[in-house]
Amino acid sequence: MGSPPVENNILLRMVGISKAFPGVVALDGVDFEVRAGEVHALLGENGAGKSTLVKIMTGVYEKDAGDIYVRGRKVDIRSPLDAQRLGIRIIHQEFTLINDLSVAENIFLDAMGGRMFGWVPCRRMRAESRELLRRLGLHHVSVDTPVRDLSVAEQQIVEIARALREEAAVIIMDEPTAALTDAEVERLMDIIRQLRAGGTGIVYISHKLDEIMAIADRATVLRDGRLVGTNPMGELTREEMVRMMVGRPLTKLYVRNHRPGREVALEVRDMSVPGRVHGASLVAHKGEVVGITGLMGAGQSELVRAIFGAVPRTGGEIKLHGRSVDIRSPQDAIRHGIALVTENRKEEGLVLILSVVANSSLAALDKVSRFGFVDVAEERRQAADYVERLAIKTPSLDQEVDSLSGGNQQKVVLSKWLATEADVIVMAEPTRGIDVGAKAEVYALIDELAGQGKTILLVSSELPEVINLSDRIYVMHEGRIVAELDAATTSQEEIGHYATGGTYHESA
Amino acid sequence: MSLLKPQAVSAPRQWIRRYGMLLVLLAMMVLASLLSDRFLTSNNLMNVTRQVAINAILAAGMTVVILSGGIDLSVGSVLALTGAVGAGMMAAGGNWLVAVLAMLGLGTLLGVVNGFFVAYGQLPPFIVTLAMMAFARGATLVYTNGRPITVLNNAFQWFGHGSVGPVPAPVAIMIIVYLAFYIFLNRATLGRLIYAVGGNERAARMSGVRVNFIKVLVYAMSGFTAGLAGIVMTSRLFSAQPTAGASYELDAIAAVILGGTSLSGGRGSVTGTIIGAFIIGILGNVLNLLNVSSFYQDVAKGVVILVAVLLDRLIHAGGKGALRKGVASRAQQA
Ligand SMILES: Nc1ncnc2c1ncn2[C@@H]1O[C@H](COP(=O)(O)OP(=O)(O)O)[C@@H](O)[C@H]1O
Ligand SMILES: [Mg+2]
Repeated sequence: MGSPPVENNILLRMVGISKAFPGVVALDGVDFEVRAGEVHALLGENGAGKSTLVKIMTGVYEKDAGDIYVRGRKVDIRSPLDAQRLGIRIIHQEFTLINDLSVAENIFLDAMGGRMFGWVPCRRMRAESRELLRRLGLHHVSVDTPVRDLSVAEQQIVEIARALREEAAVIIMDEPTAALTDAEVERLMDIIRQLRAGGTGIVYISHKLDEIMAIADRATVLRDGRLVGTNPMGELTREEMVRMMVGRPLTKLYVRNHRPGREVALEVRDMSVPGRVHGASLVAHKGEVVGITGLMGAGQSELVRAIFGAVPRTGGEIKLHGRSVDIRSPQDAIRHGIALVTENRKEEGLVLILSVVANSSLAALDKVSRFGFVDVAEERRQAADYVERLAIKTPSLDQEVDSLSGGNQQKVVLSKWLATEADVIVMAEPTRGIDVGAKAEVYALIDELAGQGKTILLVSSELPEVINLSDRIYVMHEGRIVAELDAATTSQEEIGHYATGGTYHESA
Repeated sequence: MSLLKPQAVSAPRQWIRRYGMLLVLLAMMVLASLLSDRFLTSNNLMNVTRQVAINAILAAGMTVVILSGGIDLSVGSVLALTGAVGAGMMAAGGNWLVAVLAMLGLGTLLGVVNGFFVAYGQLPPFIVTLAMMAFARGATLVYTNGRPITVLNNAFQWFGHGSVGPVPAPVAIMIIVYLAFYIFLNRATLGRLIYAVGGNERAARMSGVRVNFIKVLVYAMSGFTAGLAGIVMTSRLFSAQPTAGASYELDAIAAVILGGTSLSGGRGSVTGTIIGAFIIGILGNVLNLLNVSSFYQDVAKGVVILVAVLLDRLIHAGGKGALRKGVASRAQQA
C-alpha cells in the first residue's frame, strides 16, 4: 500500500500501547488517535483500561510497549510535565485546583509554579483570565474569587480555562458530568462544541451513553484492555455500543423477580435534620425496594444518614419490626441490622490503602473474630466468597482497593455491607460512576437481596433506575417527602413534577 | 483458584520494598564491622541491644499511634514522670511491685488523657501531646524538686540489670513487647481497626468502627510503653532523673519512620519499627566506637534519617525519575 499519507489533522496517535500491572494486563496493544476538531469518546466497562490509557497519554504511567506520535512526530511522555508541554491536558474527575487561590491564580498556576523564577504580571493575568471565562460563558464570576467559593461546575470550567490558556491541543475529560446538574451539563456541551470548532481534539470518557450520542464524533471501545473498535458515531447505535463494551448483547438491564412482603420492617416517623429534613415519615416492608428520589440536595441523603445515625437528628422515631430503636451512631444502626452504602465510595466507603479483604470485613469484623482475635482464615474465606459471588475483578484478595476500577470498588463496598447481614440496606446512588455491565450486576443484586427478604432503601437521582427497581417511591422536595408513588404506575414526568415542587393530588 | 492466594512476591522491586530497610541495617552492620573490629564482639552487640531496648519500647507504642494517624510527643516526659513517681514510692519504702504497677498505670492514664483530648476534644494530636509533654516534664520537676531520686530496691534492679537466661532483662522486655504488639496489630480485632482508622477515619466511622475508642486506646498503649520504658530506665540508672527521656520522642518517631510506617497513618508495622530502632542504635554505637563526639552523632543521625527515607521513597515509587514523579503525582492530587 506504500506509506500512508501524513494526515495533518491527527493530533495524537498511539500505536500498540501495552501496560501491565502486577497480576493484570491493563492494556494490550491498543491503538488510539485524536484528530483536530473532533470529540472522540472512549468507552468501556470499569476496568477496561480507559483511565490507564489516559494516564499513559498524560505521563502519569509509563507504557510498557507501543509508540506515541504527536502531530506525526514520535514523542516520549514520561511525566505530566512532558504531556503538558506537548499540549495534552486532562480535566480530572477530582479537581486539581487550589482552593485558597483565586480563579485567576489557578488559571495561571502552572505559569507561576512551573518556572521557579517566573513572574506573571497581575494585571495581565487577571485580564487574560477574565477573557477566558467570558469565552466559556462564566462572565458572572469574578477572577478574584477564591476557588473554594465556586460550584463544582464552575470549578470545572476554571480547569478548562486553564487548559485553554496553555493552548492545549488535546483535552481529556474523564467523567466530566458526574456531578453536574442538567443545566450545567448543557453549558458544558456548548463549551465542548465551541472547543471542537476551534480545532481542539477532545477525548471524552463517560458512562452516560446519551451524552456520548449527543456530543461525540467517533467512539473507541475497549474491553479487558483490548481495542474492540473505533467507529464514527453515525455507524453506531446504543445497543451496538453496549454490545461492544460488554461483549454480549445486554438483554435486560433491570431484573425483577422479588415480591414485597406485607410485614413492616422499617418505620420512620417525623424525622428532622436541622435545615435539611423536615418531618419525614416513611415505611418499608420486608422484601421491598423503596425508592427515595428528588433533585440533588432535596434532603434524601441527610434523611438516610439520619436513619443510619451518621448525622444528628432533632426529632423523630425509628421503628424496626415494630420496635422503637434508639440509633445515635452508625454502630447502633449496624447493631440493629441497618447498613448504609454511602454515595461517595472513596471518601466514606473504602479505606483505599487497605486490601480487598480488610475492606470487605471492616463493618463486620466481629463476625469473623473470636475472643477479640480475627480468624484470618475465615475472614479470607468470606472475602473470597464475595469476590466470587459479586464477580469482583481483582488480581488477589490482598490488592489495595485503590487500584481497582470504580465498579469493582463499589462491589467491595457492597460486600462489606452484605457481610454485616443487615436486613435493612440503604443504598445511596449505588451505581454512580460505574459502567452498564456493573450496573446490571448491582441491579440484579438488589433484586436478589429483596428476594431474600431484605428491605432496600434505594436513594437515587437516576429516575429510570428508581422506577424500574422500586416497588414504591418517595419523592422529596426541599427536605420534605412530598409524594408517595406506586412504581408500577408512575412516570418520570410525574416524579419530576413533585420533585420540582409540584403540588400533590392524590391519584387513585 | 489463584485469587485466593496471597499475591506472589515476584518482582525484585517488591522484594526490596518489603525488605529494603533490613538491607540498610545489614549494610550498616557490615560497614560497622569493617570500620571497627570491636563492633562484632558479642559484648558490644549485647551492649547495643541493651541501649536500643528503651527507644524500641517507646517506638512500639509510637508505631501504634502513628498508624492511627496521630503522633505522641509526650513519651519522653511521661517516661520521666513515671520514673520519678515510682522511684519516689520506693524511696518512701513502698513495695517494688506496687511501684511498678503504679508506673504502668500512670503512663497508661496519661495516655488516656492524651487520647481523650484527641478523640473527644477533637484537638490536633500534635498540640495535645505537646501540651502533655510540657505538663509531664513540669510535673516531674515539681515532684523531684529538680533532683534525682535514688532507688535502692534490689528486686527492682532486675528490670535494668537482670536477665532471662542469657538475655538481658531490657532486651527480654523489648522482645515481649514486640511479640505482643505484632500479634495485636496483625490478629487482634482492635489492632486491625487501627489501620482502618488511620487509613480513612470517615470510612471507618461509617463502617461502625468506634473511632474515638480506638484513638484513646492507641494513646493509652503509647503511655503504657512510656511507663514501661520509665521502669527500665529508672532501674538501669538506679535512680529517676528529672531530665530523663528528654528528646526521646524524636528517636522513637525516627525509628517508626525509618521502619517504613507512613506518617499519614494506615500503613506500617512494628517489624519495621524495630529495624528502624536498630539502625539508629547501631549508628550511635559505631560513632562511639570511632570516638566521634556526640555532637556529630546527632548530625549524622539527621543525615541518616533523611537518606534512608529518601531511599525508601525511591524504592516505593520505583525506577528513575521516581522522585520527580512522586512529587508530580502528589501535586496533581493536591
Ligand atoms: N495502579 C494500578 N495498579 C494495579 N492495577 C491497576 C492500576 N491501575 C489500574 N489497574 C488495573 O488495570 C485495569 C484497567 O483499569 P482502568 O484503566 O482504571 O480501567 P477503566 O478506567 O476503564 O475503568 C483494571 O483491572 C485495574 O484494576
Ligand atoms: Mg477509570
